[in-house]
Amino acid sequence: MAMQIIQKKPESLTDKEFTYCPGCTHGITHRLVAEVLDELGIREKTVTVGPVGCSVFAYQFFNTDATVAAHGRAPAVATGIKRARPDLCVFTYQGDGDLAAIGTAEIMHAANRGEKITTIFINNAIYGMTGGQMAPTTLLGMKTTTTPYGRNSNNDGYPIHVSEIIKETKGVAYLARVKVNTPQDVQKAKKAIKKAFLAQLKGIGFGMVEVLSTCPTNWGLDPVAALKWLDEHMVPEYPLGVFVDKVGDEQ
Amino acid sequence: MAERVLVKGTEAIGEAAVRAGCRLFFGYPITPQNELPEYMSKRMPEVGGSFLQTESEVATINMVYGAACTGRRVMTSTSSPGFSLMQEGVSYMAGAELPAVLVNVVRGGPGLGDIQPAQGDYWQATKGGGHGDYKLIVLAPSTLQEAVDLIGLAFDLADEYRNPVIVLADGVIGQIMEPVTFPEFRDPDTLPKHDSWALQGAVGREKHVVTSFDIDPVVLEKMNFELVDKFERIESKEKRWEEYKLDDADVVITSFGTIGRISKSVVEKAREEGIKVGLFRPITLWPFPYERLEEIVKGKKLVLDVEMNMGQMLEDVKLAVKDNAPIAFYKRMGGMVPTPEEILNALKMELGR
Repeated sequence: MAMQIIQKKPESLTDKEFTYCPGCTHGITHRLVAEVLDELGIREKTVTVGPVGCSVFAYQFFNTDATVAAHGRAPAVATGIKRARPDLCVFTYQGDGDLAAIGTAEIMHAANRGEKITTIFINNAIYGMTGGQMAPTTLLGMKTTTTPYGRNSNNDGYPIHVSEIIKETKGVAYLARVKVNTPQDVQKAKKAIKKAFLAQLKGIGFGMVEVLSTCPTNWGLDPVAALKWLDEHMVPEYPLGVFVDKVGDEQ
Repeated sequence: MAERVLVKGTEAIGEAAVRAGCRLFFGYPITPQNELPEYMSKRMPEVGGSFLQTESEVATINMVYGAACTGRRVMTSTSSPGFSLMQEGVSYMAGAELPAVLVNVVRGGPGLGDIQPAQGDYWQATKGGGHGDYKLIVLAPSTLQEAVDLIGLAFDLADEYRNPVIVLADGVIGQIMEPVTFPEFRDPDTLPKHDSWALQGAVGREKHVVTSFDIDPVVLEKMNFELVDKFERIESKEKRWEEYKLDDADVVITSFGTIGRISKSVVEKAREEGIKVGLFRPITLWPFPYERLEEIVKGKKLVLDVEMNMGQMLEDVKLAVKDNAPIAFYKRMGGMVPTPEEILNALKMELGR
């Protein structure tokens, strides 16, 4: 009986084993990005710009030309690559500390310029790599290693809503917030990621997908409980949806 | 036959970059170098290049990093406070071995300082500035013609060694008008493509990675040793300097950039008064020409180092001269430029005349 391959690893991923913790959803999002690169047939013209944070090793996982930006500066590095080589597809992969704290100026202006790059923004409400400190997206009352009494708005300010802020900038061509904690959500997230790349490939403007993600290790939860916690606590603070879509339905 | 044209310093630097094949410029406004990005904003579209005014010098240097990743010639210019902001990216570029030309039109400091010519960024340029073990090639022009020539050299050295190169100018170089002869245009298609490492899309080959990062200290130390080897190669091959009327000199003036030029007038004035003075002017501030300076000062009555800072190159002069001759130092700071007369007076005081 002839064997048929019905599922395989995307060509846009290398064989390198992920360094992410069990139950972390970085791996799902990596795979979705790689599937989209495969489906659009753009692996050989794509450059990955990795961040500083848990996904600092993205350059090892994506099977494309790649670099690692300084903390928060990935949109500027991607801009430099794209201006030098407009024929390439350039994307950044950044966490919430990288993009929503130290890198706010760079993401804001890349979006506002309508820079023809794509950004995958992982929001898990915490600094993972450095050991569970407060992120700009940490929820009020949430305990972290630098908010041991819970995030207090009087001292620590409020969770920042980057997508709601940059949706107002005119250069954004596609912007959505998704999650990847159920199979249905994974499918929706993939569609959004594809559109964020099409926004670039069609030359319309800046594309970004904010992915609500889990961090079981630093949330102090087991993987299944973390998936549930995301629905119960993060989604109410960060509602899902498509904020901007200038790409349209024809793909 | 190339013709001589009268141009302003910052524009001369910009045009020299265009002729060297630079088609990418990123910059943020800061005085006294604004005419350079202004010139590039007009010129880049004319030659099919790309100009971008950025949101900050932090963004600028990271865009330069990105553009350099593709192997294309890229330049930025700024002035002292802006260059401080770029230091993070400069360290990353040195670590990732990225070629680029960075122009710093130095102004008075520290802090906000002022907008007048100064040389207070010598240490930052030659001794580091950012974190980690690295070196930048630092070229210091003393005339506009030399600035034009050094821009071409800067791009070539950056490409040859895969390292950022600083052209350290000051407000005098930036603002004066002088006649210069420009080199011929170089076709960007004939420049080094860096196909062996640049990010160009992994078409039919293994992926390329450009990074200053490795989590494994065994690997990172190897990267560090390779950088050190490269810096030693640069030290052995790329030292440049000018010697002026040193053969019969009793006194050696050491100075760089604009002061190097002013010191030539001091040499002439001193000789009119019968004092035999010569000039040693480092053109590469790193690598510093220690050996040649040591050789030259043997048997001299005095070495007078003159700078527009508190004595930054003076440390390298001392390392070179050792105890072969007495060293005196004359300084102006805060954006004040010394006249040849006051330098001559300082020299005569040292000689007891």
